[in-house]
Amino acid sequence: MSVPVHIESLSKSFGKVHALENISLDIQKGELFGFIGPDGAGKTTLFRILCSLMLADQGEVTINHIDVVKGYKKIRQIIGYMPGRFSLYMDLSVEENLAFYARIFHTSIEENYDIIRDIYEQIAPFKKRRAGDLSGGMKQKLALSCALIHNPALLILDEPTTGVDAVSRKEFWDMLKKMQQTGITILVSTPYMDEAALCDRVALMQSGKLLSMDTPTQIVNDFPGNLLSIKAKGMYPLLHDLDGFEGANSVYRFGETIHLATKMNTNLMEQKLFPFLEGKGYQEIEIIEKQANIEDCFLALMEGKTGS
Amino acid sequence: MSQQDAIIQVKDLVKKFGDFVANDHLNFDVYRGEIFGFLGANGAGKTTTMKILSGLSRPTSGKVIVAGIDVNLHPEKVKRKIGYMSQLFSLYNDLTVKENFRFYGGIYGLSAKKIREQTRYYLEKLDMISFENMLLKNIPLGWKQKLAFSVANLHHPDIIFLDEPTGGVDPITRRQFWELIYEASNQGTTVFVTTHYMDEAEYCERVCIMSEGKIEALDTPKALKEQFQAKNMNDVFLKIARNVE
Repeated sequence: MSVPVHIESLSKSFGKVHALENISLDIQKGELFGFIGPDGAGKTTLFRILCSLMLADQGEVTINHIDVVKGYKKIRQIIGYMPGRFSLYMDLSVEENLAFYARIFHTSIEENYDIIRDIYEQIAPFKKRRAGDLSGGMKQKLALSCALIHNPALLILDEPTTGVDAVSRKEFWDMLKKMQQTGITILVSTPYMDEAALCDRVALMQSGKLLSMDTPTQIVNDFPGNLLSIKAKGMYPLLHDLDGFEGANSVYRFGETIHLATKMNTNLMEQKLFPFLEGKGYQEIEIIEKQANIEDCFLALMEGKTGS
Repeated sequence: MSQQDAIIQVKDLVKKFGDFVANDHLNFDVYRGEIFGFLGANGAGKTTTMKILSGLSRPTSGKVIVAGIDVNLHPEKVKRKIGYMSQLFSLYNDLTVKENFRFYGGIYGLSAKKIREQTRYYLEKLDMISFENMLLKNIPLGWKQKLAFSVANLHHPDIIFLDEPTGGVDPITRRQFWELIYEASNQGTTVFVTTHYMDEAEYCERVCIMSEGKIEALDTPKALKEQFQAKNMNDVFLKIARNVE
């Protein structure tokens, strides 16, 4: 079973800080939907409101057409929530944590074992160990098992991969993809831009605002202008030399290359750039036209917002 | 580079917790002024090594020289030579920006005048003068991290240790933070940094990758990519982690 989520004109402030500003979006049944943004984007606040743990100042949210404020008791039965920080009892064993969550929801591990089997089997050899003594990756698997044990129709995961290494992150996403096959709706938030590509649709968020919302492919297609990936010997001075080059809208480092965004024709740009860089004495110059990735788009959207 | 240029020398470092070997015969040097990336999966033993290098934890066996000081013999002396910042803890939320500078400057024994000068220098550089009387808890994370980096540099340490300094920081601020790292490195400070962002691994001069308490690879990003026939550092990391399992 899975459910749709409807969010309309949602706002929430803490004193002077606008944690959420007029957010509206719809999530379809069975979607794997990502909220992508840095700390302070409003992801956690949004999830807390969705889970009926916090009241919005304005706007409304329905899950499966049930209002999360008026129908909070029903809502809590159908969602599984894995918060960013706390969800496990460190003094209880692996098995005890799971049994505890099962009983809260009036069910048992046995009754819903099929749902968590794939994930739980990986940590079952350690079921007598205290949760506090598990590695980060194992804690995450246990927390996910606990969020799933009552067979929720909507799974809400708040930054499950923050502080997790690249290998475990990949494993976690493989797990989510597999879980999605069972038909459950999944909402997941992350500060890692590269994880956007793994979602059906994403919302890019920054400082309480929605910068963009679409499929990852469409967001990338909507990148304003063209992108050149540039490499040469001496990357640090290169960044400063490219910054301010005529026709360059933005210049950012991306790993071993520099991405230069431009509104100009890329061939024309290349023809101007080569002699410019050679004139500056650069060697082993490489300029390739490249498709923007989600992080390029996020940077462009951020610049649009600040007006710089 | 020659042996004299090694500001950190680690020889046969072993650290055990009971039967568990967190650091298993580590051998490596870090050169003066370089940006040294220290990577590894969660639980690989990175934090253990960093604690030993910064004088917070003693090795079970082996020799560790940091800025000319044997950390086993003089852990307190090491602390004066290094700066440290992490994502989890760096500055006090209930103090203002200025108070944080004063507090850390005092800990490192700087004069009141020197602290005032340095505070002004860094706040001007970060374009944050107007924030000096603001409580730290009211400052956005990315700015906080840039402040924390400046505070960790207050006493002009030989080496600065950065433990996941950019986790959760927005993509623009993340790049600004690396500008600060380059600047410090250009001025001769050695930067020892951990990160989970693999694009940042490319920004390091050399990268050390740990797995299960051992060093699996140590070289320039370029050489590592050739060695593992990988197109980027993310691939290098995935290949190493998979081979170990």
